[in-house]
Amino acid sequence: MALTARPPSELAGFDWEYAPAPEARDIVTIAARNQLYIGGKFVEPHSRKFFKTVNPATEETLAEVAEADEVDVDRAVNAAGEAFRSWSRLQPARRARYIFRISRLLQERSRELAVLETLDGGKPIKESRDVDLPLAAAHFFYYAGWADKLEWAFPNRSPRPLGVAGQIIPWNFPLLMLAWKIAPALAAGNTVVLKPAETTPLSALLFAEICEQAELPPGVVNIVTGAGQTGSYVVSHPGVRKVAFTGSTEVGKLIQRGLAGTGKRLTLELGGKAANIVFEDAPLDQAVEGIVNGIYFNQGHVCCAGSRLLVQESIQQPLLEKLKLRLGTLRLGDPLDKNTDVGAINSKQQLAKITGLVESGVREGAEIYQPECRLPERGYWFPPTLFTGVSQSHRIAREEIFGPVLSVLTFRTPEEAVEKANNTPYGLSAGIWTDKGSRILWMTERMRAGVVWANTYNRFDPTSPFGGYKESGFGREGGLQGLLAYVDLN
Amino acid sequence: MATAVSRSGGTPPTGGPGKPFPPPPPLSHLGSLMRGVRSVDQVGVEERAAALGKRSIKKASKLAALDLVIRCMDLTTLEGADTPGKVAALCSKAVRPQPGDASVPSVAAVCVYPAMVPPAVAHVRGTGVKVASVATAFPSGQTFTSIKVAETREAVIAGADEIDMVIDRGAFLSGDYQKVYDEIQEVKEAAGRAHLKVILETGELGTYDNVRRASILAMAAGADFIKTSTGKVTPAATPPVSLVMMEAIRDFHHETGRSVGFKPAGGIRASKTAIHYLVLLYETLGPTWMTPDRFRIGASSLLNDVLMQIAKERDGVYQSGDYFTID
Amino acid sequence: MDVRKTYKMYAGGEFIRSESGRSYRADGVNVPRGSRKDVRDAVVAARSAFGGWSRRTAMNRGQILYRAAEMLDGRRAQFVALLGADRGARREVERAVEVLVWYAGWTDKLAQVTGTVNPVAGPYFNFTLPEPTGVVGVVAPEKPGLLGLVLRLAPALCGGNTMVGLLSESRPLPGLTLAEVLATSDLPAGVVNLISGRRAELLPWLAGHMNVNAIDAAGCTDEELAAVEKAAADSVKRVVRLSARDALSPYAVTSFMEFKTVWHPIGV
Repeated sequence: MALTARPPSELAGFDWEYAPAPEARDIVTIAARNQLYIGGKFVEPHSRKFFKTVNPATEETLAEVAEADEVDVDRAVNAAGEAFRSWSRLQPARRARYIFRISRLLQERSRELAVLETLDGGKPIKESRDVDLPLAAAHFFYYAGWADKLEWAFPNRSPRPLGVAGQIIPWNFPLLMLAWKIAPALAAGNTVVLKPAETTPLSALLFAEICEQAELPPGVVNIVTGAGQTGSYVVSHPGVRKVAFTGSTEVGKLIQRGLAGTGKRLTLELGGKAANIVFEDAPLDQAVEGIVNGIYFNQGHVCCAGSRLLVQESIQQPLLEKLKLRLGTLRLGDPLDKNTDVGAINSKQQLAKITGLVESGVREGAEIYQPECRLPERGYWFPPTLFTGVSQSHRIAREEIFGPVLSVLTFRTPEEAVEKANNTPYGLSAGIWTDKGSRILWMTERMRAGVVWANTYNRFDPTSPFGGYKESGFGREGGLQGLLAYVDLN
Repeated sequence: MATAVSRSGGTPPTGGPGKPFPPPPPLSHLGSLMRGVRSVDQVGVEERAAALGKRSIKKASKLAALDLVIRCMDLTTLEGADTPGKVAALCSKAVRPQPGDASVPSVAAVCVYPAMVPPAVAHVRGTGVKVASVATAFPSGQTFTSIKVAETREAVIAGADEIDMVIDRGAFLSGDYQKVYDEIQEVKEAAGRAHLKVILETGELGTYDNVRRASILAMAAGADFIKTSTGKVTPAATPPVSLVMMEAIRDFHHETGRSVGFKPAGGIRASKTAIHYLVLLYETLGPTWMTPDRFRIGASSLLNDVLMQIAKERDGVYQSGDYFTID
Repeated sequence: MDVRKTYKMYAGGEFIRSESGRSYRADGVNVPRGSRKDVRDAVVAARSAFGGWSRRTAMNRGQILYRAAEMLDGRRAQFVALLGADRGARREVERAVEVLVWYAGWTDKLAQVTGTVNPVAGPYFNFTLPEPTGVVGVVAPEKPGLLGLVLRLAPALCGGNTMVGLLSESRPLPGLTLAEVLATSDLPAGVVNLISGRRAELLPWLAGHMNVNAIDAAGCTDEELAAVEKAAADSVKRVVRLSARDALSPYAVTSFMEFKTVWHPIGV
C-alpha cells in the first residue's frame, strides 16, 4: 500500500500500487500446544501451565506454549549438567561437526524459519529472510570452526569450558539472539539452558527440532519457555555457572544485583540510545538510507538503533527534506508481504510504551513529523516518526523508546558532536557519516560506544564483536573476543 | 549547482608539430563547481539499488508495469550492418509489437543511426512513434565539435524527433568540463525543437562520483534527458548507476524546478530488470516521472521478453519465443 | 562388464586429456601424461580465477571448503576402494575429510589471529592484514596419494590463493578422483588445477614460470628443492617446504600469504 498522500496535481503520472505479494505461510507447521525441550526430548511442563503467543500483526493466537516453573528449570539445568560431562570431553573436532550440522540445517530450513519468525514477532519477511536467517546460520558456521582451534585464540592459554550456561534472550531478533548465545557456548564446550522471550518462543522451539535433526547429544541444548519468572529461575539456579542476558537495562541491573557474591560469570547486552552523526560533507542520499535503516529497520526494535540523529547544523535543512521525503516511501503493513518495509510492533505493551514516550515528546515541545500512513485495523502498529527541535534534556532524547521514532538534534563542530553523542548513560553503538577518512578515525577514537559504524549502519557479522560500554552492558558477542565469555583461561 | 555558466572564452589551442600548445585557460567557475559536487558512497548506493530489486511486483501491478515499459521503450538498432530493410522491420515491430493484439501499445520511439533516419521516418509516419537518432560520432564521440554539430543538424532535417548525443568522455576525464558543457549547448542549439538526450557512457566514467558530476553537468547544459550508455561498452546501464543519476535529477529539479528525463540503455534484456528500473524510478522520483516524457528504456530484445511476460500473466503458463515475432 | 573410467586431468573447471595426447601407466591404468603446455594453460586458468576467488568473502570460501568435505565424505566408499580398501585407506579418507573441515573453519578467522592493529607512535591508524599471494604451484608428495594432496590444497585455498598442482607421479589416481569432488563443490573454475605426469619433466616449468607467485614444495626431494629454489629466484617466488609438524596450522596458510600494512591519519 502506498503511504504518501500526494496533492492531486502531482498525480499526473502513474500511481503505481504494488499488488499484495504475500509469502506463503503454509511452509511452516505450528503445533497448537508446545512443550519444553529438556534432555533431548519434548516434555510436558511440571507447572502444567501454558501461555499464548500471538501474531502481533493480526492479534490471532498462534499457539500455546509451556510455562516452565522452578522444577522444570531444575530439570533442564540438571540435564545440561549431565550432558556437560560428556560434551566437554568430546573431541573438539566432533563438537565442531555438530555445530556445522546445525548451521547447514538452518540454511536448509531458512524459509520456514523466516516465515515463523515473522508470524511470531511481526518483523517484515524480507528482514527475517534476508538478515536474521543468514546471520543466524553464519553465526553457527563461524563458531563451529572455533571449536577445535581454541588454543590459537588466546596466546599461551589453554581455554576450558565453564559448564552450564543460562541464557535469556529478547524478542527483537529471536533466532539470531539464540544463535549469538548458543553458538559460542557450544563451541567452547559448554551446554546451555536457554529461555526465549515470552512473545517470541516459536523459533527457539523449531530450533530444538533442528538440534534433534542434527542428532545433537541430549541435554546439550535445552529450551525452557516462559516469562520473567522462568528467566529468574534460570539465572539463579546454582547449577548454572555462567549467565548471558540480552534485554533491557532495567532487568540487566536486577540480574547483576541478584548474582552478586555467587561467583557466576555474567555478560549483559542491554539498551542503547545511539547517536547517528551526519557531517556536512556526508554523501547525503546514502546518509539518508543509513538513518532510515538505523531507526526504522525492525521497527526500531533494535538495541543499537540510531535513535538520535545528530546533524551538522549547516546541512540540517537539506537532510531533513530528503529524510521526510524518504519516510513517505516506507511501506507499512502485513509483515508477510514481501514489499513491506515496516512491520508490526511486537506487543501491546511495547506499543503503549512507544505511544507514551511519543506523547511526552510532543508535550515537551519537540516538533513531530509522521508521513501519511494507513494503519491496519487489527494488530499493533506505529507509523515511522521523526521529531525535530529536540534537545538533550527531552525524554525522547534520553530514554530508549525501542520503536520507529527518531529524535533529531544538531551540532556545529566535531567536538560538540562527540560531547552530545557521549552524553548518555548508554554506550552501545554510534554512526558517523562523513567523506573524510581521518575524521572517521578521530571520531571513533573518542566515541564511548562498543560498535561504531562509519558511512553505514546496523551491519552485523559473526566475525565482528558486538557489545556495549557503560549501561549498555559488558561482554562481547561475535568474533574472537566473543569466545571470552564462555571459557576459563586458567 | 550550475544553471547557466558563462564560457571562459578563448580561442582553441593552436599547437602543432614544432609549436607548443598554449597553457590551459584559468580554472573556471564550472570547474570548481564540478569538483565541489558531493560524493557518492559506493557501498550505500549499491545496497539501496539492490534492496529495491527485491520488490515483488505481481499481477495487476506487474501488468501495469509491463504496459508502461512498452510505452516507454526506445526500440533500437545501432549496427554497422543496418539497412533500410532492417529498419523497416524494426518500425513494424515498434508500431505493432503484437500483431492481432490491439491492447499492446506501440513503443515510444525507434532509435537508429543518422543514415537510417529517412527510412525510419517513412515507416512510422502518422503512428505516433517517434524517431530518435544518435549523433555526435556515436558511440565514441571522438571527433571535432563542428562535425558533431553538423551531424545533429542533418539528422533533424532528415526528420529525427529526438537526438541521443554522447558526451566527450576524453574531455571529461581530463578535467576539461568546460569543453563538455559547451559542446552539449551547441548540440542542443543545433537540435532545435528535437529533444536532446545526453549519454554519459557511465561504464567509462569509473566512479559514481563522476556519474553524479556528469549528470549535473549535462542537466546544467540543457539536456532534456540524461542517458546511461551507448550500449556498446560494458558495463552499460546498471541499477546503482541509474539510482545515482535519478538522485541527481531529483536534486536538480529541487534546485531549478526543471524536470529532466532518465533513460537507461544497454544490456536490459529481461522484464524483471526493466521492472527493477521502474521501481527505482518510482521510489526515487515518484509517479510524475512514470511517463514516456520523462522515462525511456533503450532496448531491443527486451520487447519480446515483455510480451512473453504479459502472456504468462494472462495465460498462467511460461511462454516460448516461437509465438512472438522477431523484427 | 564394466564401463571403465578414463582418467582425466582437471584444469579451468574442465576434465581434460593432455594436449600432447600422451599417457603413462600408473596403478594399472592409463593416466594423462601432462606436458609443459598443460602446465602453462593451467597457470593461465589459475591466474584468471584468482581475482574472483580472492575477492569472495572468507565465509563463502569456508562454505566451499566445507562442501568439498561433504562431497568427499559422500564418496568415502569410492576412495577407500581406490586406496586399497584396508584400515589405512579408511583412516586416510577420514583424515582428508577432517583436514578439509579444519581449514574450512579458518578462512574467517585468519585475519583475526594473524592480522594486527599496530600502535604506531603517531596520530595514525595502522593495520596489517594477510592477503593471498596469487597462484601457488603445488608439488604434491608421492604418497599418501589423497591425504598428501589435501594437506596442500586446503591451506592454499583457505587463504584465497588459486593453485596448479603436480600430482604424485606414482599415485595420481586419488588426486584425479579428488577433482570430481572439487567439481561438485561449487568451486569456481580455475581455482584448482591438477596435472598428472612425469615430475622431472614438469617441475622445472612450474618452478620457473614467471606468473606463479609461490611454490609449495612439500613433495620435493632435497635435490628437487634446490633446483626449484634456484629457478624461483628469477621471479623472487616464495618457496616453502613445510615440515610434518606444520601439517595443521594457520601458519601453513599464511606461508602463502602476504601481509599488507596500511596507514591513515587520525584528525578532525
